[in-house]
Amino acid sequence: MLWEWSYALEVLPPLLRAAAITVEATLLSFAIAASLGLALAVLRMLGPMFAWPLSIFIEFVRSTPLLIQMFFLYFVLPQFGVTLDGLTVGVLTIGVHYATFCAEVYRTGLENIPRGQWEAAVALNLGVFTTFKDVILPQAIPPVVPALGNYLIGIFKATPLLSVVAVLELMGTAKILGSESYRYVEPITLVGLFFLIMSLVSATAIRAVERMLNRRTVG
Amino acid sequence: MGARSIIGMLVGAIGLLAWFSTLERFRAFMPVLLHGAETTLRITAIASVLAFAFAIIAALARLYGLLPIRWLARVYIEMFRGTSLLVQLFWLYFVLPEFGMSLAPFTVAVLALSLNTGAYGAEVVRAAIEAVPSGQWEASTAVNMTRTQALRRIILPQALILMIPPWGNLFIELLKATALVSLITIPDLTFRALELNSITLKTIDIFTLVLLIYLTISLMLTIIMRGLEGAASRGLARGRVH
Amino acid sequence: MTPNAQPTAPCTPVSKPRDAADCAVTAMVEPMVRFQGVVKRFGAHTVIDGLDLAIARGEKLALIGPSGSGKTTVLRMLMTLERLDAGVIWVDGEPLTQVQRHGKTVPADSAHLRRVRGKIGMVFQQFNLFPHMTALKNCMEAPITVLGLSRREAEERAVDLLAMVGLADKKHHYPNQLSGGQQQRVAIARALAMRPKVMLFDEVTSALDPELVGEVLNVIRKLGAEHDLTMLMVTHQMGFAKEFADRIALFHGGKIEEDGPPATFFTNPRSERTRQFLRAVLEGT
Repeated sequence: MLWEWSYALEVLPPLLRAAAITVEATLLSFAIAASLGLALAVLRMLGPMFAWPLSIFIEFVRSTPLLIQMFFLYFVLPQFGVTLDGLTVGVLTIGVHYATFCAEVYRTGLENIPRGQWEAAVALNLGVFTTFKDVILPQAIPPVVPALGNYLIGIFKATPLLSVVAVLELMGTAKILGSESYRYVEPITLVGLFFLIMSLVSATAIRAVERMLNRRTVG
Repeated sequence: MGARSIIGMLVGAIGLLAWFSTLERFRAFMPVLLHGAETTLRITAIASVLAFAFAIIAALARLYGLLPIRWLARVYIEMFRGTSLLVQLFWLYFVLPEFGMSLAPFTVAVLALSLNTGAYGAEVVRAAIEAVPSGQWEASTAVNMTRTQALRRIILPQALILMIPPWGNLFIELLKATALVSLITIPDLTFRALELNSITLKTIDIFTLVLLIYLTISLMLTIIMRGLEGAASRGLARGRVH
Repeated sequence: MTPNAQPTAPCTPVSKPRDAADCAVTAMVEPMVRFQGVVKRFGAHTVIDGLDLAIARGEKLALIGPSGSGKTTVLRMLMTLERLDAGVIWVDGEPLTQVQRHGKTVPADSAHLRRVRGKIGMVFQQFNLFPHMTALKNCMEAPITVLGLSRREAEERAVDLLAMVGLADKKHHYPNQLSGGQQQRVAIARALAMRPKVMLFDEVTSALDPELVGEVLNVIRKLGAEHDLTMLMVTHQMGFAKEFADRIALFHGGKIEEDGPPATFFTNPRSERTRQFLRAVLEGT
């Protein structure tokens, strides 16, 4: 028999502990991606002085592999005297990488705000900060929540990369368990199942949010 | 970004690479990295073609297959979209041999990348087919075409044009994802970079070059796909006029 | 600072009785708004072609004319929604988009813009209410964040204004729960909450179903009767313009073709173009 239940049960507890790290890394990375992405999108609208360098930065980050970016920061930061542990570097890299994708999502949301809303804000003499905070963002963000949710899942599926900077998340743990016992079937399959279940659950949740948002705009 | 900015950025990236390769401190790295880049390009090219084939087959199976086939397609799509590429890669690399199927690392790499991208591509293909107006099906029926004829001659050609931009994104994601194959010992660009890094410890130099090479390939891919998109929409417009 | 040229049309009390002394005083002080050689281009197209126009304090000016004649652009420039390509707009004695610094005229900074803009309020064709705020919140937002009013003060002011436009019972409704006419009345209240000296009405009834036009015009009538606001309105409602405005200005090709008090403007126009326009409009209705 290829699949050994006893071994699968044996590796389950350490894998579940590692899953907690995976979830933690996902949420932290997403927090960075969502907030930095918003900052990038808004700054980009404040004139060509920001728009140009930010566009180049965004294009650059989007066009190069996350793995390389992670190695780069992991090896290079210490040379500048910044010593961070693998989890911090990894979460930072994933967060920045996906921030560039989130920035595009926010941009769509911002571009969908009718011009009249901006003009009304000018006519009422609202400042730039108030205009964004009270008028534009409350309208621009809700419609893009599902798209951001998809990047949350994307980030979740990118976390196995953290294993290359010595973070013992799910994939890294599964590999170690496998190499200790020379049995990879159970740990790696369990990891796959965990990802599958979490992705399907989150996708369902996002669809529910999407339905809720649609109802709200119709009502 | 606009096409002009992309081209500008590409020129900048190539210019930097050309300049760096004349400098003493980078000279030794260039041949090794370019060798790795060749492997990266080869894997990207093969996996792209396979991914496109998988995507078309899976999408058609999901839309028009018999019930069991439809289910099979759904399972494939959900499974590869729902799990992580690295997990898939390691599963094929570590677990498959225990089932008595030992594949060469290169095969595993291409298979994992193309199955993964194919699953995402299947949804792109499906969305594009569904985006063709239903009047096109009705008109095909009105001129007495069979469903297969209509699909092949009327619907798919229009859907293909719609799917060029999302496929452009998928191909770039695929290119970036090839970096992962270094983790199963394929000597691609990333692998060579890590190797050079462990020998020379010149991290900044090596990784700057590697990032620039990836950027160059990505931007070229973007430009090719934009060109294709432009040509296709112009072709369609011409078709409409005559 | 004070413009040296005299206002062209100082004060012409027609529909509204205003005593002569009042009128004389108004004529002597500088106008509330003055356009001086204003030019606006969109690409190669000149929309406003050297406009000179003065609007006295408390004057109600109706801008009419064919579409594309530049009348809406006049309001939008005054609201700083469009940049000028040449000329000066004076508001209450100071230039809108330029400031004097070290004897030189330079483009105004945002602090200056915000200060001058505080004297102007605008109501849009498409209402442009904030859809995620109730009618009340729409009217409270700017008084709180711009004028620094307390929530209580802002709410009192907003409630009063909503009552003035006849929507006291709708204050907790969101814009999409209101009819077009009600939304436009909220928009008027929202602009008034900033206590502007000049109100701009940009085709405020054009997006409304015919049966809703009256309620909005009534609010504007009431406003004209109860307040001494300077008003500029772009409108296609000739009847309303005739009855309400102190002066009518017909735009054509980015310039004023003819202006004058409604009595003479409608009955005895000087220009052939005005006659044509009026004939076309009156036939259409």
